[in-house]
Amino acid sequence: MFDPAIILAGVLNGLLAGGVYVLVAVGLTLIYGVLHIINFAHGSLLMLAMYAVFFLWRLLGVDPYVALPVVIAGAFVFGYLLYRGVIGRLSHGRDENILLITLGLSIVIDNLALLFFGGDTQTIDVSYGPDLQLGVAFLPVPKVVSFAASLLICAALGLYMARSDTGKAIRAVARERQGARLAGIDVPNIFAISYGIGIACLGAAACLLMPTYYVTPVSGHAFVLVAFTIVVLGGMGSFLGAAVGGLLIGVVESLGGLFLGEQLGQIGISAIFILILLLKPTGLFGGAR
Amino acid sequence: MNRAAVLAMIALAAAIVLPLLVPGYLVNVGMLVFFLAFIGQSWNLSGGFAGQTSFGHVVFFGTGAYTSTILHVTYGWNPWLAWPVAMAAGGLVGWIIAFLSFRAGLRGSYFALITLAFAEVFRILANSVPFTKGGLGMLIKAEPGAANFQFRDPVWFYYVALALCVVSLLIAWRLTQSRFGARLVAIRENEDAARALGIDVFAEKVKVLVLSGAMAAAGGTFYAQKYLYVDPNIAFGVDKSVEMLLVAMVGGAGTIFGPLMGAATLTAINEGTRWLASVVPALKNVQPLSLIVYGAMLILIVGRLPDGLASLFARRRRHA
Repeated sequence: MFDPAIILAGVLNGLLAGGVYVLVAVGLTLIYGVLHIINFAHGSLLMLAMYAVFFLWRLLGVDPYVALPVVIAGAFVFGYLLYRGVIGRLSHGRDENILLITLGLSIVIDNLALLFFGGDTQTIDVSYGPDLQLGVAFLPVPKVVSFAASLLICAALGLYMARSDTGKAIRAVARERQGARLAGIDVPNIFAISYGIGIACLGAAACLLMPTYYVTPVSGHAFVLVAFTIVVLGGMGSFLGAAVGGLLIGVVESLGGLFLGEQLGQIGISAIFILILLLKPTGLFGGAR
Repeated sequence: MNRAAVLAMIALAAAIVLPLLVPGYLVNVGMLVFFLAFIGQSWNLSGGFAGQTSFGHVVFFGTGAYTSTILHVTYGWNPWLAWPVAMAAGGLVGWIIAFLSFRAGLRGSYFALITLAFAEVFRILANSVPFTKGGLGMLIKAEPGAANFQFRDPVWFYYVALALCVVSLLIAWRLTQSRFGARLVAIRENEDAARALGIDVFAEKVKVLVLSGAMAAAGGTFYAQKYLYVDPNIAFGVDKSVEMLLVAMVGGAGTIFGPLMGAATLTAINEGTRWLASVVPALKNVQPLSLIVYGAMLILIVGRLPDGLASLFARRRRHA
């Protein structure tokens, strides 16, 4: 059990899983950083995007990777409209009220999925060739692809935030709302765009997850606490933090399963979440508040 | 006696004679309403009056359910004797979570999320440690008899739930009359201002969570004795946390009758969809509909009617 080769394989698998976590967490941390909303519906929206990928494949035969641009665009529009139509209108006042609204959204979305899609576990059956061998570890091709693609998409998003006018406006709003408004930035629009980008990240994550994962109406639950743990670990609102945190949590989860078993192994994530909040709530990369 | 007290006495008398007049099915529905109102009130004490929104209140419920069940099944205790111990355990867990979280200065959404994580830790532990029998859950042997907290006639569960509900209403009412309650409301409205006024914010928040935890644990034991079974997902799953929160939020957080009204509303919706599913064959899978309605109600109430359904009545009375 303590054979270093097995541990190495565990670490590699954890890193690969962590790649997609990074994408999920970047969406969450972006929404938090700009809107100061803790988006509890994050997991449910990911589940919805996963169903979109599943149905594109099942009904139209679209390969999940080919679907990537469509699902990203669709998720962006969905997120934008969701913010404009529901969250933005009702999210005034205390932050836990906004949390409750996104909780309400997640309840509605989960149960709509259960109502229309049924409770069965759905998978996509595609093959991308035999596993790659890296030393002692056998790595499935789609996991390697999802890892690389996740990090590429995050890098592209980072570049977009740094260089584009919209990215600059988003960062301006994140730093100083009033000042941004005075500078002529349409703040509510930037809020909706940021929420849309956050959800677009989920669309990308869904395409990358589906070849190796499955989806059920409760899939969101599995991701929501993981995503919050990553964001809190890395520091709320920090991109770099989400990236490092995502990979770290992927490894913790993988090694936890290895050493503590399937059941008890899950405890690592919740325990890290609690410890970080209690001991260093600003996270690894969060600035002083 | 004032008018409100007279009305309350009449309502209580009606609730007591109700089982003599209606079929057994409705007695069971009434039991559900009172039980839900009771655990909702436990959420309401800390989440409503004191404003400490929790997403993981089920952790206290499950602690109570498991404590009494383990004492009863594994160690042969009488469930009635195990009940106060279960409440003490719930209070202790409340104290630990409150002490750690509030000492670390967690507020608002952060407190909500850490309670969720604590519940998750308890769920995983209950799934893994031997003395809870893991994911199989624990069965309580059926030995009908009032001495075993198992009743031959289900009407007695109705009366126990009614008694719990009445006690919880009295606790909430006492809270609105006491300085302790006033301090909690001050903390909810503005924690920093409350501290500046000399309120020991930390101590008051810990106190209310201990009280709330003990109440939720009492509900857990009741649940275990009623259904004679607990497992990690029932005892520590997120569904019950959400249910407790919904009942209080929909009915009116921080009001005495909010949880009862919320429980009645949600149970009515639930029974309504179940009835719909049973009479229209095409709609036999509409059970998720009730949760969709709950979620939508939560969104609308938080956004548009922050004082819940109870505020509709309060406003109407003021206009009358």
